Amino acid sequence: MENLSVSQLAAGLDHGEFSSVELTRHFLHRMQAHGELNAFITEMDESAIVQARRADQLIKEKKHGPLTGIPLAHKDIFCMDGTRTSCGSRMLDQFVAPYDATVVQKLGQAGCVVLGKTNMDEFAMGSSNENSYFGPVKNPWNPGHVPGGSSGGSAAAVAARLVPLATGTDTGGSIRQPAALCGITGLKPTYGRVSRYGMIAYASSLDQAGPLAKSAQDCAYLLQAMAGFDSRDSTSMDEPVPAYTQALDQPLQGRVIGIPDEYFGAGLKPEVQDIMAQAIDWAEGQGCIIQPIRLPNTELAIPAYYVIATAECSSNLSRFDGIRFGHRCKAPKDLHDLYRRSRSEGFGTEVKRRIMIGTYALSAGYYDAYYLKAQQIRRLISTDFSKAFETVDFILGPTAPEPAFRIGEKTDDPVTMYLSDIYTISVNLAGLPAISVPCGMHEGLPVGMQLIGNYLTEDRLLNFAHQYQLATDWHRQCPPGFAQGSVDE
Amino acid sequence: MSISLEEVLNISHLARLHVDEEQARQYAADLSKILAWVQQMNQVDTREVVPMAHPLDVVQRLREDKVTETDQREKFQTIAPRTDKGLYLVPKVIE
Amino acid sequence: MIRWEAVIGLEIHVQLATQSKIFSAASTAFGAEPNTQACAVDLGLPGVLPVLNLEAVRMAVMFGLAIDATIAQHSVFARKNYFYPDLPKGYQISQYELPIVEHGRLEITLDDGVQKVIGITRAHLEEDAGKSLHEEFDEFTGVDLNRAGTPLIEVVSEPDMRSAKEAILYMKKIHSIVRYLGISDGNMQEGSFRCDANVSIRPAGDAGYGTRTEIKNLNSFRFVERAIDFEIGRQTAVLEDGGEIAQETRLYDDVTGETRSMRSKEEANDYRYFPDPDLLPVVIPQDMVEAIRGQLPELPSEKATRFCTQYGLDAHDAETLATSRELAEYFEHTARHTDAKAKLVVNWITGELSAALNQDHIEITESPVSSTMLAGLLNRIEDGTISGKIAKDVFRSMWTGEGDADTIIESRGLRQITDDSEIERLVDQVLQDNPEQVEQFRSGKDKVFGFFVGRVMKLSQGKANPKQVNGLLRKKLK
Repeated sequence: MENLSVSQLAAGLDHGEFSSVELTRHFLHRMQAHGELNAFITEMDESAIVQARRADQLIKEKKHGPLTGIPLAHKDIFCMDGTRTSCGSRMLDQFVAPYDATVVQKLGQAGCVVLGKTNMDEFAMGSSNENSYFGPVKNPWNPGHVPGGSSGGSAAAVAARLVPLATGTDTGGSIRQPAALCGITGLKPTYGRVSRYGMIAYASSLDQAGPLAKSAQDCAYLLQAMAGFDSRDSTSMDEPVPAYTQALDQPLQGRVIGIPDEYFGAGLKPEVQDIMAQAIDWAEGQGCIIQPIRLPNTELAIPAYYVIATAECSSNLSRFDGIRFGHRCKAPKDLHDLYRRSRSEGFGTEVKRRIMIGTYALSAGYYDAYYLKAQQIRRLISTDFSKAFETVDFILGPTAPEPAFRIGEKTDDPVTMYLSDIYTISVNLAGLPAISVPCGMHEGLPVGMQLIGNYLTEDRLLNFAHQYQLATDWHRQCPPGFAQGSVDE
Repeated sequence: MSISLEEVLNISHLARLHVDEEQARQYAADLSKILAWVQQMNQVDTREVVPMAHPLDVVQRLREDKVTETDQREKFQTIAPRTDKGLYLVPKVIE
Repeated sequence: MIRWEAVIGLEIHVQLATQSKIFSAASTAFGAEPNTQACAVDLGLPGVLPVLNLEAVRMAVMFGLAIDATIAQHSVFARKNYFYPDLPKGYQISQYELPIVEHGRLEITLDDGVQKVIGITRAHLEEDAGKSLHEEFDEFTGVDLNRAGTPLIEVVSEPDMRSAKEAILYMKKIHSIVRYLGISDGNMQEGSFRCDANVSIRPAGDAGYGTRTEIKNLNSFRFVERAIDFEIGRQTAVLEDGGEIAQETRLYDDVTGETRSMRSKEEANDYRYFPDPDLLPVVIPQDMVEAIRGQLPELPSEKATRFCTQYGLDAHDAETLATSRELAEYFEHTARHTDAKAKLVVNWITGELSAALNQDHIEITESPVSSTMLAGLLNRIEDGTISGKIAKDVFRSMWTGEGDADTIIESRGLRQITDDSEIERLVDQVLQDNPEQVEQFRSGKDKVFGFFVGRVMKLSQGKANPKQVNGLLRKKLK
């Protein structure tokens, strides 16, 4: 059951082969059986069954849509009315959100059954899921390795077939990189395509929510229900949402694929490079035109990103002051003490480090040298992309320079950790959509390719990925120990 | 690029984070390293480049002036650490 | 001995009279139970986002046009970062580098009639903070966030004022404009209109500036005047003692009438402004600006000029009336319904009526004597039915609700005596009763004439037409 696609699950529900309650119980059971992954912060057994019953009723009354009764998990960054929403932080350990994020609301209306809230790097700051107050998530392919981050819990849960679909957010690669490291499909939409309302902000001009699933087709179903204009988000795009699932079958003949030099330089593991070469060969075989391109400012994307993201986060996280919600220190002796201790106790090391960097970058005398300069670099990077998209339809390269690294391997050196985001970060700076698709294995760990498209071309990205997945079965690989029959059901 | 202990303390004050002396030294080292790395941005001349604050070239949408929110104080204050008489409480502030 | 000159600039915060807040759909109404009008966005709950109120933008543009300013086609919201309990997000959404209104000007009329131009650097849109209540609890400060997110324009003047008096004139003019435009109720008790004053002094004639202090949160014209005067005196004393002025924020204490250094703001602030990534640039197309221009009401200075030409008022009277839209409307309505001279109308409005309003602490819109009633009263003076003196009694009766002027005059028999023969009878009686004074007058003591007039008026209970009394007395005493 856990290996079925969304459309197969929907068909099964539709034909009465199983009920949503049965489906829900099945996945809840898998979640409980695989607690060792630490993929979930909050499991929602009771409310899930209630939602599943309601879904079954709707299906019986033929009032259902394509996602009615399908189980799903939300990254614990999305506020959910009446449910703890921790954002992976001690600061919000006890925070029961009093309202629904737009994404939560929309998927609720679509009839999805929420099984739980997934683990993540604290406030989405991290590339390994080691920065969670609730402990690291383990990669289902090898528990000694990280699942990637910050949507590590969502990626691991989907990869381990604990849930068919999960939401994530991507500020510098936080959907694509864990998707690649866990061997699943993850899409970061165009900035503004999915509402940010109710999604706890890390870096507002970079954050974007998107789907994680086993396949591009499943991502298409999930994105369909997530995307769209929201009047509560000033940065939400008022553009029609195309029918993603209907665009999947287009032939790829004649599509021009740009291969950036800069994504294949030093730092890329040779084995990953070989896997990329095979994917490029496949595309060529489909009649795509392969064209080398340049994205000359790629290297500067990471420092620019860390200035912009930390500056925005230093301000976004000021609201956590121990007054209206969140952690408050015991017996503050005065207001200053209340602020300092509540925040120091509530935030973890990496979050504090980024707040410090961002505060410094915005402070008097440094603004021009750091923040303004980073915004100028951002413009250069964006221009690089728009030039490239004058001649190509897609840009293809690796999602990450290497497969999942070992837990603890990079925690001592923040800069090395930051460098693991080199291929994903510029996409956020430009606000473009990109998808990560599993395309090979190295030493038992998955490798992902990233396909970047021009603004609002999610349909084309999904189309390409779907065609690739029709021809390959990397996305069907299930981590050993999580395949059917391996769990006592 | 080197950040002094004093600068670290000033930043931690602005950010309302408690930093003891040992942590301050660690931050000074960490931040110096990160900021030195960040300075590779200076390789490019950006004098003519218009800063980009936002990924999309769109303008602010304006909302109609209508009250649609209702009182949810009770709900909002159940998650507040300390309230009384409908007010959020903080240690006494002397102006 | 150095002669010192004050240099004053004002930052006036004007709450805009929108229904909902600047970035949320919560109500801006004053006086609700604490925190009942603070929605998720106002509280800065995790994940919430701001969406800009169109009406706040329109009002800021109206203000900009009223002060001859440039309306920015492209303006940007920025975050001003600092921690304070009444600032829920840890930053205030304001405007920094690109405000919506820039380069405005305003003329004020000094006591000697000289016009002075005060430059207005900018006016930017921002959100108000909540309120900290320090008195409610012994050990705690209570925070009410109902006000958080109320739209404000902050109007920043050039340091163009040289005395507390000039500052008040400028502030009153801004107050009058925002009320004319209907963009603020200007209620100072409720904090809808408040002011920070930047004050420094320098030797008269110097071009440079001295170190300035900022006096925060002044919410009445009187406080502004007293605080500035106190601060000028304080700074003068410090400098003359050979001391130095510390650049600092000060608070005005309305009990002692003094300013004192503000402890909580001691540290130098570094607000780390940067463009708010949750909001996009605000673009105001020229046609929107023109449409708003077309809807602007007649402004105080235009109205004053028109009053001078149309009613022949002098500049001072015209300006006084034009200060408030309601006062000006009252005047015009009265003037239209009476044959009395405009000057008489002004005197009654600024005299009897204003005094009565002040005494009862009510606004002109609540006056028990309507403009129609006042016009009726003035008509009776004009046609000689009653004298000005009697009219004051009638006015007081109208004020207490005894009816209109005609009703009161009739019921109390106050109609003026204009019949020559009746007045002659009174005059004869007075002359007959006071032979001694008649003798004095005839021997050249002119002053006694007033005595006779008084006696005749008294005898008539004030109803005799004074002009006729005068004429008849002169004739009889010849």
